[in-house]
Amino acid sequence: MARAVSPQRKAMTTIVVYLIAFTLFFPILWTILVSFNSEAQAIDPPRVLDGSWTLENYTLVQERSDYMRYLWNSVVIAVGSTLLGIVIAIPAAWAMAFVPGKRTKDVLLWMLSTKMLPAVGVLFPIRLVLIELDLLDTKVALVFILTLINLPIIVWMLYTYFKEIPGEILEAARMDGATLRSEIVHVLTPMAVPGIASTILLNIILAWNESFWTLTLTTIDAAPLTAFIASYSSPEGLFYAKLSAASTMAIAPILVMGWFSQKQLVRGLTFGAVK
Amino acid sequence: MGRITLNKVTKRFGDVEVIPPLDLEIEDGEFVVFVGPSGCGKSTLLRLIAGLEDVSSGRIDIDGSDATSVPPAKRGLAMVFQSYALYPHMSVRKNIAFPMKMAGVPQDEQARRIEGAAKALNLTDYLDRRPGQLSGGQRQRVAIGRAIVREPAAFLFDEPLSNLDAALRVGMRLEISELHKRLATTMVYVTHDQVEAMTMADKIVVLRAGNIEQVGSPLELYRTPRNLFVAGFIGSPRMNLIEGPEAARHEAHTIGVRPEHIAVSGTEGTWKGRIGVSEHLGSDTFFHVHDTGLAETLTVRAGGEVDLHHGDTVYLTPEADKIHRFDRKGLRIA
Repeated sequence: MARAVSPQRKAMTTIVVYLIAFTLFFPILWTILVSFNSEAQAIDPPRVLDGSWTLENYTLVQERSDYMRYLWNSVVIAVGSTLLGIVIAIPAAWAMAFVPGKRTKDVLLWMLSTKMLPAVGVLFPIRLVLIELDLLDTKVALVFILTLINLPIIVWMLYTYFKEIPGEILEAARMDGATLRSEIVHVLTPMAVPGIASTILLNIILAWNESFWTLTLTTIDAAPLTAFIASYSSPEGLFYAKLSAASTMAIAPILVMGWFSQKQLVRGLTFGAVK
Repeated sequence: MGRITLNKVTKRFGDVEVIPPLDLEIEDGEFVVFVGPSGCGKSTLLRLIAGLEDVSSGRIDIDGSDATSVPPAKRGLAMVFQSYALYPHMSVRKNIAFPMKMAGVPQDEQARRIEGAAKALNLTDYLDRRPGQLSGGQRQRVAIGRAIVREPAAFLFDEPLSNLDAALRVGMRLEISELHKRLATTMVYVTHDQVEAMTMADKIVVLRAGNIEQVGSPLELYRTPRNLFVAGFIGSPRMNLIEGPEAARHEAHTIGVRPEHIAVSGTEGTWKGRIGVSEHLGSDTFFHVHDTGLAETLTVRAGGEVDLHHGDTVYLTPEADKIHRFDRKGLRIA
């Protein structure tokens, strides 16, 4: 039975929700507003609506640093690490969901526990390894590192989606003569497409925003957009407006992608909640 | 061909022995039904034959060659599942084509067989739909179609009708029986419903706790149940079991009489009792008779239009040559 909700209550709830949403979004809005002000105006409350907005920060930022190069690095690192992670995680999640052993639950928890380790704790060993392999400041190194960082989340997400798929369907595929490979390629993966898609989206976002490893393991060649933003953070001088412009440019692609894929993302994240 | 031989097959899950050593012979072209209460190991046995579970010990031969460690895909068997297990992302056509695609059957041959199966199963109009757009009965037919096109050595059915409503179940039961007559391929069918077992089987295997209690044709099991369990399980309503002096009079520990082998009279008979519940089915009437001093309730079948009601006193007379006798261990006395 539907619960009766009075119009006043509904209006109140709506207002409260919008207020919370606005509060959460406010820092981003502020950043975007500041990016359209001159440096002098930027330290005062930013003015945009009085017609004094300017694009000079964007021009200056583009002159000072090559945005496209950072963007390209970000794309390669985020997409590359996600796809590599998915390729590794699908068989792993398959095994844990459909042929669980005695230790499967422990393995899952252990994988998650690696996320509890402070990243800085392993910074030195990883840096040394990369120096030894001559991979410091390369996209290859970052793709690998971010794959490792996000793999537990990818496996966990896929594992939960796969658990929703009835085992009988995979057994039917086996009876129908499918090899393990065909079973995964023709039956499991297509059935888990919504889950796989949202896993990919979420991980691209995570990898795109990852800043600890991208800042500590790159200097110039492999530097992604996080490094691009960081290069405008300076203890001296007036850089607020340029920093804001750089930030806006860095988050714009992922914001646009998130906007267009939000339906998919929500569907994937709530996949299986309602049968 | 589809001759399946189980030789001392066992199955353990951890420390629990689900199937103790078991021998069974399934002849080519036979319709064999595994029947038993839930948890009796009938589905496990089917899955062992399918290869979906590994045997703990023993040997399974299919058409004379050892298939014990052959993967399910290579055993040449087709299976129909209780949940239908159709591929939800594929059309009916692609579902049916899937096993042929896996086997590398040429396209034109695939199309020919799909058309044949669709025609036989009344699915021609639904070939381009997804399973989600079909009714339960249609889904089950797609699952059967997917099994037929493989031209398997044997069909395995795992309670295929339990998700259907009563009317559809009767219809599908007939369709599967007809299919068996037409294809003359071995079918192994698992069910907990003894009516399905009786109506469809050439040979019934009654299982309890992983043990085979009896193997035989439906009428053999009905006429000469080997023990009390089979006696109580086969036949509907259940056989009446009577212990005590009345059984001793027949030189047995327990005697059994089926409801249909007891005559009912309002005036005279061997046993006297009082009618509790009467179930009028039109064609038959079942009386549940109390206060006979033999057992708590005796169930008897009478004709469709008998004028006896709740509370009436009745007299019951068992047919002398239809009384089954069992010893203290529950085994049949010949």
